[in-house]
Amino acid sequence: MTNSTAATGTGNPLIIDGKTYQSRLLVGTGKYKDLDETREAIAASDAEIVTVAVRRTNIGQNPDEPNLLDVISPDKYTILPNTAGCYTAKDAVRTCRLARELLGGHDLVKLEVLGDQKTLYPDITETLVAAEELIKDGFKVMVYTTDDPIIAKRLEDMGCVAVMPLGAPIGSGLGIRNPYNIRMILENATVPILVDAGVGTASDATIAMELGCDGVLMNTAIAAAQNPVMMARAMKGAVECGRDAYLAGRMPRKLYASASSPIDGTFFK
Amino acid sequence: MNVIVNGDDKILDAGTTVADLIHLLALEGKRIAVELNMEIVPRSEHTTTILRQGDNLEVVHAIGGG
Repeated sequence: MTNSTAATGTGNPLIIDGKTYQSRLLVGTGKYKDLDETREAIAASDAEIVTVAVRRTNIGQNPDEPNLLDVISPDKYTILPNTAGCYTAKDAVRTCRLARELLGGHDLVKLEVLGDQKTLYPDITETLVAAEELIKDGFKVMVYTTDDPIIAKRLEDMGCVAVMPLGAPIGSGLGIRNPYNIRMILENATVPILVDAGVGTASDATIAMELGCDGVLMNTAIAAAQNPVMMARAMKGAVECGRDAYLAGRMPRKLYASASSPIDGTFFK
Repeated sequence: MNVIVNGDDKILDAGTTVADLIHLLALEGKRIAVELNMEIVPRSEHTTTILRQGDNLEVVHAIGGG
């Protein structure tokens, strides 16, 4: 008899920096229509780790406007502040320090240092500088990077608590463009590897998990769906299915057919 | 005295503290963080940090992002 909890993935939790998570789906909070839709989609995704951005407060505008953290409460979710929009290590480090202050000392951050606005590809040299400084300053760094296995290993060796290669450019929805690189990264890894960026629909998330990724982080694939709440639910299932298929171990690919029904006992010639 | 808050000029009385500024901006009790001249001002130091002519402040909060 198989273990029914293992079949739903709950017997095999995701562990990041010593903390256990039942969900392997991490979601962003950007691009939603309003805070109600944000809350509903995040609830439907069953995600436990939720990313937020840090921006200037709108001074003098709508003082009673609800705050994102009132809707996505740090008491309920692990808030993962990002450094989106940062193009230098210096700005990324400033952003993380502000986030830590904002969240009362919470030190888990998503580091991303971008190269240009058109591709939003990571600037690796700046990412390495920022990661080093943040780790020295006590941050637990989950780092967004390219799907380069050498860089992924270097980031791990520096002390990043998770390495998050892109599947395709941020917000592109192109899926996992280089599954072989993701596999190389996975084979060398001793920290969780999460695909961050590029997922467009549920099957993309499943593919990432079938490769053996420890989790998937996405935002636009849910927020830009025609029905974000339904897509959030689809993504939850997709990540669980992919994880189960990975753990179950797929059959080998074969060029020719192999009959499923036995030949013995046929009554015709 | 003149200070810059989130990129905009602001005129404040001498002796204004970070806590006073947060009160003036109607941001008391909100989930915010303050940076003064590129350094974090911890919440515990808001009432004791006195602003000076030419100070540059950033007041930030969390918004939706991926």
